[in-house]
Amino acid sequence: MLFGKNGRKDDLVVRRARVLDPTEGLDTVCDVRVDGGTIAELGTSLDANGHRVIDGAGLVLAPAFVDPHVHLRVPGREDEETLASGTAAAAAGGYCVILAMPNTDPVVDSAAVLGSLIEDAQSQAEIPVGFLASITRDQEGAELTEMAELADQGAAGFTDDGRPVVAPGLMRRALQYHRITGRRLALHCEEPTLSGSGQMHEGTVSAELGFTGYPSVAESLMVERDLSLAAYEGQPLHLLHLSARESVAALRSAQAEGVVATGEVTPHHLCLTDEAVRTLDPNLKMNPPLRSEQDRAALVEGLRDGTIGAVATDHAPHARHEKEVPFEAAPFGVTGLETAFSALYTNLVEPGQLPLETLLERMSAGPARIYGLEPPRIAVGAPANLVLLDTAATWRVDEGGFRSRSANSWLLGQTLEGRVRMTVAAGKVVYEA
Amino acid sequence: MGDIHVMREEFLPPKPPPRRHLISVGDLTRDDVERLLATARSFSRSLEREVKKLPTLRGYTVVNVFYESSTRTSSSFELAAKRLSADTMSIKAAGSSVDKGESLKDTALTLGAYDPDVIVIRHPQIGAPQLVARYTAAHIVNAGDGKHQHPTQALLDLYTIREHVGPLDGLHVAIVGDVLHSRVARSNIQALTLMGATVTLVGPPPLIPRGIEAMGCEVSHEIGAIAAADVVYVLRMQRERMQEGANYVPSLREYTARWGVTPERLRPGQKVMHPGPMNRGVEIDPVVADAADALIETQVRAGLVVRMAVLYDLLTTGPVPVKTPEPLEVA
Repeated sequence: MLFGKNGRKDDLVVRRARVLDPTEGLDTVCDVRVDGGTIAELGTSLDANGHRVIDGAGLVLAPAFVDPHVHLRVPGREDEETLASGTAAAAAGGYCVILAMPNTDPVVDSAAVLGSLIEDAQSQAEIPVGFLASITRDQEGAELTEMAELADQGAAGFTDDGRPVVAPGLMRRALQYHRITGRRLALHCEEPTLSGSGQMHEGTVSAELGFTGYPSVAESLMVERDLSLAAYEGQPLHLLHLSARESVAALRSAQAEGVVATGEVTPHHLCLTDEAVRTLDPNLKMNPPLRSEQDRAALVEGLRDGTIGAVATDHAPHARHEKEVPFEAAPFGVTGLETAFSALYTNLVEPGQLPLETLLERMSAGPARIYGLEPPRIAVGAPANLVLLDTAATWRVDEGGFRSRSANSWLLGQTLEGRVRMTVAAGKVVYEA
Repeated sequence: MGDIHVMREEFLPPKPPPRRHLISVGDLTRDDVERLLATARSFSRSLEREVKKLPTLRGYTVVNVFYESSTRTSSSFELAAKRLSADTMSIKAAGSSVDKGESLKDTALTLGAYDPDVIVIRHPQIGAPQLVARYTAAHIVNAGDGKHQHPTQALLDLYTIREHVGPLDGLHVAIVGDVLHSRVARSNIQALTLMGATVTLVGPPPLIPRGIEAMGCEVSHEIGAIAAADVVYVLRMQRERMQEGANYVPSLREYTARWGVTPERLRPGQKVMHPGPMNRGVEIDPVVADAADALIETQVRAGLVVRMAVLYDLLTTGPVPVKTPEPLEVA
């Protein structure tokens, strides 16, 4: 299900880092040795064995991150991102695995398109990539794709992300077919007759600015519908980029009733509210939109208590000229791969809203489990998927500093705390700063 | 280098705040509004003279860029600049490079290359004036951006009310109709509440945006609520902004029956305003529109002097004497 360049496997020793793996219950200062890309030993004063030695003193060594929601823009918009640039950006953000969304041109809705992506990933992807295929042909919400064949070929899951599956009858068929594929259905929940041409969250800010509102209920109504269908069919599903407190509440109560439902949330929904839109900066325009402070607080609480199991960047690169327009004319979406950890460390961990351990889990093992992937972990015998974090470092987000081909970040010009110093993905050092 | 003597602040003449642009009423302070209205009043005197042209802005260039159709706003900006002896140039989207798909950024850079002093822009999208401000060195005046703001309309409405109704502080204004699609409503709510007036919005629930009370106004869905107001401000039913099948109101007929401003629904002496263009027989009864208490043409006349005041204020650095005009008796 994951595809990338087959490359070298590195040997290294990371000395005296705070080794923090919440899943393994590990939080200790020790050395970690990697032999041929596999974690070989944890201990103090380990023999370097001639390996490259990295001084981890004062740094945190954690399982590398997994991003379950990335728009790589290939095929079709190679001017905005490519497999090479997107995976390099992910490596710089501390990721060892990313999952790519199928809303490309053409849509990943056939074995032919998926096959060529897999082939390209094997020669271009700096870190392993999983590809989701679409639920419906051309994401038009009319006919199911050949999901069994796509799953056999290696689709990591199915989604019409960017669009909802509008017809409940079709959504039900997709859930029924999940019994065959076993690959997670990931749903973009939006009732289009309620979201309409909405530009931002419907609330006091949209009322004042004059933007057409995109109400919370446009999301939560669809969340409730999909959870009801999942409960009825007894099949699991995953809710993409949650934004509204009502959605979190619905997910929590469905989980309590035994529905196998998971959710994800983006850094921007965890850090910002609709107040930020007052600047009219097109890099604050995304779907779903930034919502109220109560929504933001509910998302943080949902992430903390585990209702929401994953942080997902929804990294959505856009060409510069497409965002250099009035807010209303700009496309939805912002980049996030290279800033996710730092944004969340600065805005949630430092102010005490979320423990570091929880953040690390929701950025790594949490998303991996949702899609049935092996969670990155720090244990002898496990493949080395590691991120070395400098929580004392501060850095400025500059337009010129991205590995992504696009720079439509909501964090431009901001100074963040916490920085990725090194990323090891599938046993290979893929990023160092 | 010689010594630099810094004069103590209190000995310097009072300076107007640096206000490079007029994009939103929200950017204005009460003092700014007072200064602009006072300037407009002094310009209104100059227009009573036989020679109406003033040399004040000679040598300055004002560019009007209109991406939306407009009669009164574009003409009054143009005339305002001419009355102040500025050079003017007007560009309409139709027939320009905009037709060839030129982006707003490129249009801004192109116009900026001529070093205009002021760019007046009307655009159907919220945030267009900010974008132009980012790419040119000119002072930007927002002549309407989508459903967001139309600050000079709000200023001319304040001027009209103050000159023809009375002091703004404590005044009660009912704004009736399609608030949802109205930049005029949003600008006026901010401007009126800034100056101490009370605002009640009246209209069908789908046309009153959720959460608008946070701007400091009241909301009523009953037309009877206009009875308590000193001024009834009627908004245009913006048919061009009503998407097909959006069902904001079942029909214009039903709207008129329920919320149309008719002679029967007004008290004697209540002043009626409308930003134009009117849909006679829809949001406003023709009898009301033509009655002596309607200030609609007065608003147009005020538009000229207020826009002169805005251009003057942006382009001159010297202080404008602030003198609150004597309020007239309320009829």
